[in-house]
Amino acid sequence: MALPSYATPLDKAWYISFRVICAAIFAFLIIPILVIIPLSFNSEPYFTYPMPGFSLRWYEEFFTSQQWLLGLKNSIVVGVFATLVASVLGTLAALGLNRAEYPGKSAILAVLISPIIVPIVITAAGMFYFYAKIGLTGSLAGLVFAHATIGVPFVVITVSATLAGFDNNLVRAAASLGASPVRTFQKVTMPLILPGIVSGGLFAFITSWDELVIAIFLATTEEHTLPRRMWSGIREMLSPTIMAVATLLILTSIALMVTMELLRRRTERLRGITN
Amino acid sequence: MASTADTDVMMAADGVPLKIKLRRAERMKKVWALVLVAPLFIFIMVGFVIPIISLLTLSVEDPEVSEALPRTAEAFSEWDGQGLPSPELMKIFAEELSEAERGEFGRVSKRLNYDISGFKSMLKRTARASDELALLPLDEIHQGFIDLDEDWNDPQYWATIKNASSYLSDYYMLWALDLKRDEEGSITSVDEGRAIYFEVLIRTVEISFAVTLLCFLLGLPIAYLLATLPARKSNLLLILVLLPFWTSLLVRTTSWLVLLQNEGLVNDAAIWIGLWNEPQELIRNRFGVYVAMVHILLPFMVLPMYSVMKTINPWHMRAAASLGAPGWKAFLKVYFPQCLPGVGAGTLLVFILSLGYYITPALVGGPNDQMISYWIVQNMNTLANWGLGAALSMVLLVLTMVMFFIYNRFVGIDRLKVN
Repeated sequence: MALPSYATPLDKAWYISFRVICAAIFAFLIIPILVIIPLSFNSEPYFTYPMPGFSLRWYEEFFTSQQWLLGLKNSIVVGVFATLVASVLGTLAALGLNRAEYPGKSAILAVLISPIIVPIVITAAGMFYFYAKIGLTGSLAGLVFAHATIGVPFVVITVSATLAGFDNNLVRAAASLGASPVRTFQKVTMPLILPGIVSGGLFAFITSWDELVIAIFLATTEEHTLPRRMWSGIREMLSPTIMAVATLLILTSIALMVTMELLRRRTERLRGITN
Repeated sequence: MASTADTDVMMAADGVPLKIKLRRAERMKKVWALVLVAPLFIFIMVGFVIPIISLLTLSVEDPEVSEALPRTAEAFSEWDGQGLPSPELMKIFAEELSEAERGEFGRVSKRLNYDISGFKSMLKRTARASDELALLPLDEIHQGFIDLDEDWNDPQYWATIKNASSYLSDYYMLWALDLKRDEEGSITSVDEGRAIYFEVLIRTVEISFAVTLLCFLLGLPIAYLLATLPARKSNLLLILVLLPFWTSLLVRTTSWLVLLQNEGLVNDAAIWIGLWNEPQELIRNRFGVYVAMVHILLPFMVLPMYSVMKTINPWHMRAAASLGAPGWKAFLKVYFPQCLPGVGAGTLLVFILSLGYYITPALVGGPNDQMISYWIVQNMNTLANWGLGAALSMVLLVLTMVMFFIYNRFVGIDRLKVN
């Protein structure tokens, strides 16, 4: 979008101011995330720049606090199990949805992805009300169950998207060569849809990892996840330890984002070859 | 596969007509497809759909009186509600009050207190004397009630019991919209002091609308820039959109708390530049809510717009320019109409997501910036008023569903266009 040589001064002024506006919007997007990271290394418990000195004391506080470590452990356990449940069930369902046309299919799909449509407060309240009746509150199992539910639509959507570009003749070819359906799935289907499953799984994981409202309703102190612990912390007092936790959460997000981006590029590259 | 020459029906190797064989295979395929979908379908039904439906049914129930005082509820529902009830009705009421369990009675008095504050203590006093009250002869029972509390002479207390006596009721749904049934049973608005939820609903829509508009205004330039820059540069800049997109909502809200507080970086910087001299209130108000929500939702606006804009042929703009259109006109008449599918998807998505916001306004907003989700949590977790919480959930869900219906239609139209 470089400026042509015949541009008038007005064009030039607009071109420059447009760029400045865009730069300001990008700054607005990124500064709040960047600003928090250095503050977690502040030697003093203030949130102002310039910082008086560098220190790891807030990280030390995090890694020596029973409460925070319990939160970290709960977040990991719930995230991993919720992702496993969501990935398995979501992949099977996506395969089933893509396999044949049958009446009521769009209604079924609507039910399967409804957890990302319904506002999270309603979901959380409904789960709390119902899980309390069947004795699922106050346990990590309830949280795993709940997080798997809100993560699974992402798996269904990403795997379905991968399957949409999937050539069913490959399955027929495998079958005609004598492979059993299970073997066909293992050797042909699975490797091709794996990127879809992985990115869906990553979405499910980050959904659970960042989830707060359900944890507010369902978790007692024993099941507090990192965001839930952070929520209590913020409401008491904004401490620098929270900045350290926030930094750790940002780093997780960056790691997941990079993985997703690499996956996307790999898929694009593979598609480029097949085309 | 063999076919017989003497008939025109194709046969499979085992002698079954091919048509039937195919149909069987198709049916097997469908069955397998359903078997694969079934586990998740059941999982979502049990873990999500049934919980939400069972929660929402609370919004049309008003169970306390009919469960704790069943005979009273039945008798009162036949009474016309005019003036004072007959001594027979009062007697039934007194008898059941003396029989009621403590817990059940507590729920009844809490429920009736929603309608008239002070009813709870009056009921308590009456219940304590209910054993004697129930033994009074019919002609003295009215006086017996009045001796306990003068207010039993006021028909509105009796009418309130009648209004609360049916199990299925629009009571909480009306309450969620600042409406109620008066003594005659017709719908009126509640007293000014109690009316808050309709305002909350309006505020929810208003905040969502403003956030959507701001996201559009900020999203349009950067989506356009990303779509028109060379791929290498735009991929780099795209990270600046994707990183916030992937960062936890709570983390982003927290950083706005840090940035916008009185001793925060924004105030420090503004004073240093000389924009203002005293620290300004930037959080615990609407400004803070807008800033944080726009920051969180902006990627949801930019990404769909960007993906549509990327497909627009840049030659269209050049063609418009060569035909003499000034830059702004070419953009408005040629470029922008082609972005509409992305703009529509982005704005609807941001609007729908805004409607359900809870965490961000709760942290950076003041008491007058809380949206409907806050009141759902408040009623359920703090006030233990599940009926009203469920009714407010119903309002929010219906609003979201209507918007999603539009979104779905829109996406359908979009698809038609692409084909």
